[in-house]
Amino acid sequence: MRGGRRLFDGIGFAVPAGGALQIEGRNGAGKSSLLSQLAGLLPVREGHVRHAGRIAYAGHDLALKPGMRLRDELAYWAGLDGQPVMAVDDALTAFDLTALADLPVAVLSSGQKRRAVLARTAASGAELWLLDEPGVGLDSASLALLAAAMVAHRARGGAVVVATHGDIGLVAPAKLRLG
Amino acid sequence: MFGRLFLRDLHLALRRPAALLLPVLFFVLAAALFPFAVGPDLELLRKIAPGILWVSALLAALLPIETLVAPDVDDGTIGQLVSRGVALETFAAARMAAHWLCFALPLLLALPVAGVLLGAPALGKLALGLLIGTPALAALALLAACLTAGLRGAGALAGLIVLPLALPVLIFGVGVGSPGALQLLAAASLVLVAVTPFAAAAALRARME
Repeated sequence: MRGGRRLFDGIGFAVPAGGALQIEGRNGAGKSSLLSQLAGLLPVREGHVRHAGRIAYAGHDLALKPGMRLRDELAYWAGLDGQPVMAVDDALTAFDLTALADLPVAVLSSGQKRRAVLARTAASGAELWLLDEPGVGLDSASLALLAAAMVAHRARGGAVVVATHGDIGLVAPAKLRLG
Repeated sequence: MFGRLFLRDLHLALRRPAALLLPVLFFVLAAALFPFAVGPDLELLRKIAPGILWVSALLAALLPIETLVAPDVDDGTIGQLVSRGVALETFAAARMAAHWLCFALPLLLALPVAGVLLGAPALGKLALGLLIGTPALAALALLAACLTAGLRGAGALAGLIVLPLALPVLIFGVGVGSPGALQLLAAASLVLVAVTPFAAAAALRARME
């Protein structure tokens, strides 16, 4: 439901460890709403959502304070997730942000901020990644980094759910089409 | 978790000292206005000083309401916390504690200055009353901030919510010294501080529907 309007019903899926689900659909089909429900940000009117492990949600909002240094921001969230500082450094490297780590978030470009959000997701140590349009604003090099990060995550037994209207380089994803 | 959130709030607040100073300056300035408005009658000023200082403190508590919670709602911080399974009650309690520390502590330090301007009444009792009563003001400010986050005219609306609810605190706070007032102030403060994290979390949750 969004704004009192029923967006979809009769959806059922399971994402196994190492698996990936690509949620597709036109604008307004409810991809983001479904992802928010999976993340626990929106109530589920009927039915239920269950996940076996911890989740990391990367939505449209950055949730990074502009005045803070990038590394400190990621370290704060990794700390909440119970992750060591090393996880932050690894994630910064994975998304080619190491050179920007000591800059305040405010001076980063929008594509760099998107990468920072993805790095936070990678540093969370969560089993399930929920990515809402992760390819938006990324150049081709960054898209390759994202694809590599998802491959590595799945190889470790993690799972990925992605809402996207274009191909973002997921290897052999299950697909769910809304609308 | 509470500790982490609380320290984060303090850390962010300390990075913006100007925002910390504003309520205190407002407090002192508001108190300083009264001698000009009432006239230089020291006896009279001394008598009404507790009331003036309490009203000034209340208005100072209202100042930061618009930036207390709304930025975290807008930038997705709340969403990130919820998706991690952090209870919004914990978030609200931490924010309340941090807000109290950031607004009440400087205010208490500035109390002697404001007191001198009003003919230096018995500051000990007043300071005790403010120490016990300001947590209630911080709680009300947080509650109003959560209720109005993202609304147009949030600041004014929050003021309308807080002022009537703050009446008991104001009455008992000004009355500290008369029998029972201190206990009643403490009771009112305790109730507000205990209930607010739950009410504030409910308000935040209601906006996510």
